[in-house]
Amino acid sequence: MIPEIQELVVHGADWTHKELFTYPNEYIYWTIQIVMYPLMTGFVAGAFVLSSLYHVFGQKDLKDLAKFSLVFSFALLLVAPMPLLFHLQQPQRNHNVFMTPHFTSAIAAFGLVFSLYAALVAYEIWFVYRKHFVETALSLRKNADKTMVENIQYFTYNLLTLGAYDVSKESSERDEKAVKLLASIGIPIACFLHGYAGFIFGSVKANALWMTPLMPVIFIMSAIVSGVALCMLTYIIIMEWKKFNAKRKHEDRMSMEIKGAEIEVIRKSSRYLIYAMIAAITLEVLDLVFRGYTAMKSWDILRSVIYGKDFANIFILQYTLGNIVPFAMLLLPGLTIRRTVIATILVMFGVFMMRWNVVIGGQSFSLSFAGYMHYTLPVIPHNAETFREGVGGALVIAVLPFIFFWFFNKFAPTLQFTKKDMSE
Amino acid sequence: MITRRDLIKNTVAGIAGLSLPLVSVKIINAAETLFPDRFEKPSVLWGFVVDTYKCVGCGLCVKACKNENEIPYNIPLSRTWVERYLILKDGRVLIDSPDAGRDGYTNQKVRDTVVSPENIAKAFFVPKLCNQCENPPCVQVCPVGATYKTTDGVILIDRKWCIGCGYCIQSCPYGVRFFHPVYKVAEKCTFCYHRITKGMKTACVEACPFGARQIGNLRDRNDPVAKIVLSERVAVLKDAFGTKPQVYYIGLDENVR
Amino acid sequence: MKNYALRPLYVIIGLVIVVLIIREVYVPKDFGVHGESYMYGWHRKGNEEEWKAFKVKYKFDNEYCKDCHSDKYDSIMQSPHAIIKCENCHGPAFDHPTDPTKLTIDRSRGLCIRCHSSLPYPQSSRANIRGIDPDKHNSEIECSVCHNPHKPSLEGMK
Repeated sequence: MIPEIQELVVHGADWTHKELFTYPNEYIYWTIQIVMYPLMTGFVAGAFVLSSLYHVFGQKDLKDLAKFSLVFSFALLLVAPMPLLFHLQQPQRNHNVFMTPHFTSAIAAFGLVFSLYAALVAYEIWFVYRKHFVETALSLRKNADKTMVENIQYFTYNLLTLGAYDVSKESSERDEKAVKLLASIGIPIACFLHGYAGFIFGSVKANALWMTPLMPVIFIMSAIVSGVALCMLTYIIIMEWKKFNAKRKHEDRMSMEIKGAEIEVIRKSSRYLIYAMIAAITLEVLDLVFRGYTAMKSWDILRSVIYGKDFANIFILQYTLGNIVPFAMLLLPGLTIRRTVIATILVMFGVFMMRWNVVIGGQSFSLSFAGYMHYTLPVIPHNAETFREGVGGALVIAVLPFIFFWFFNKFAPTLQFTKKDMSE
Repeated sequence: MITRRDLIKNTVAGIAGLSLPLVSVKIINAAETLFPDRFEKPSVLWGFVVDTYKCVGCGLCVKACKNENEIPYNIPLSRTWVERYLILKDGRVLIDSPDAGRDGYTNQKVRDTVVSPENIAKAFFVPKLCNQCENPPCVQVCPVGATYKTTDGVILIDRKWCIGCGYCIQSCPYGVRFFHPVYKVAEKCTFCYHRITKGMKTACVEACPFGARQIGNLRDRNDPVAKIVLSERVAVLKDAFGTKPQVYYIGLDENVR
Repeated sequence: MKNYALRPLYVIIGLVIVVLIIREVYVPKDFGVHGESYMYGWHRKGNEEEWKAFKVKYKFDNEYCKDCHSDKYDSIMQSPHAIIKCENCHGPAFDHPTDPTKLTIDRSRGLCIRCHSSLPYPQSSRANIRGIDPDKHNSEIECSVCHNPHKPSLEGMK
């Protein structure tokens, strides 16, 4: 027999409170990190779709936002699988998913689609920024006595060009064509990627709340909603920051122009945001109505969760505060930057709550339908587990994309282009 | 500006590319036709019978299982457990399984509810364990091939390969899986694979003084368990999920979840 | 200048090849489809042997105990407790008498009332077992003070 170890961590016992009858082994095994995971993949898919609006469908006024959201999408993409690392009981074995993939599992298939998509986005970014890489590499080459930092930069940029220094007009045109091609392949893959995230939940037949064929579609729609909202918000913050800096340096002319460029982009993208929201909400309501109308065996317990225990989370936080309020704010005439900021934050909060209500809500009742489980998000960690799967871990995941994005910007600047384009 | 034809062309190409992994699955399945000897029907298929009339709720099975299979004794998790059902005359259904039934049922109280004997319409105990399904959803969803079905019908977990994602735990309709607090991987009943492959019976079957649990070979028509499954009125848990459990119950009540 | 458009693709293909090579080295040779299908049989074959080699703790063979403890065996075999395996109360034998040389006997009240705490459940055979109310029936002392578990009938009372 194994010796009784003093601190045996029963995974889930720290944050699960059981009520009435549950099977002995039932706990809330999937927690905040599994909420973050579809949220992050959702941002990726949404950001990519937004950038494709320009590249594929030629929405010219989204040009600035397109470049920005493409690079941002890549930063988000690298973070998307990290919640899983935080959540795995054996994170050091995560590569097994690629080593011995079992494709009947949605998670294994996700690994493949994810890699494919990452390659595609990187490919597209390369075409978009090729000219920039070449120009920087060439200008660094001219510099005779380089410092060590510059030498590293020179090496990196040369590497990034992949040895292709042709930046003639014909080659630029060819690049644009390639971007268009890649972006249009990317749209179905982005949807596929996130559809898979939905499939991971929708295909769990054991879980009465998760199992619905609508789940992948609902996930795609809310992904686009959250991705567009995040890109709009980040774009506004960066632009306002630039304007603020410009003002401080008394470059009033610049600040005026930046503002002028902004509101048009925002109006346009908020229209796409509204379309996506209509689709997402319609599907979610359809799902709810259908469950109530067909009233299968599981409906009794689902109803008590949806209309009882999770009522505030679903109807007040998710639908009212996260959907209806921002929807009205974006729809009312005379859209301002400030109103957009508040609306996009609310929209993202709504999508977060939707993920929460699916992931946590799906585990808030027993498989026996005879009891409930309540989830308490660990705020102050008292061991590794409560940090990784608590507020701390979630914040790490939430901050990481911005750090990556900041880093990528060193090599693939996204918003300086605005200044240059205007001076042209 | 891209033309519509281009877009359609590209989309079709993209979908074709995406379906490649599905094709590879088919190729692997083709191995069945290439190596038919590997897929002959094995002579053993382990099956289990639980007689709920015989169970008295002593919990000796749970105690023996925990000791035999190195599941820490003082945690609520267990590979097997015993549930108590009280169906009252007023229609209420009370269910409990304190500490998985490890210490047996020694009290008339269900959780904090005191039930007077006159109000009990029916009451009984139901032992639970992994159903070793013919179509195990837990195996289907494992992303790395760390859980699998042996040729004799038992679902095992590779403790050296499991990444601990918990997908199998979520996909089991019977809630038999959990994370082992020491090995940090998915864990569940193995039908005492180390015992049954040595000609012994499972610890829970042996520990039960009343014969409420039996294990045997469903492919052997003379096996007592096979005889029960073939000739008596037995039922399985949650058959609507299509998992085809290999644990059969005698006297299963409609209230049993 | 040559067409450079496919260069990133070569990088990607290169990466895929690297992953495939690592896979070749990393994945155990016995990993594959063993059993009926890829869906249910995709695993490391060696793991089956690892499970088979798992340590057996309980013998659950009263005949094994009889060899040395024939007196105890004989007395319990004549009682209604004959249906209870020795190791249920005496603990798993492992390799007794070599290791451990002595077993830890569970003499607790809790062990007896697993069956003998009276529960009025007629549909379960629990109702057929003679039971007591553990709160009222000499709740302060161990059952074995008065009752002999190897000879539980009233005549066998100490």
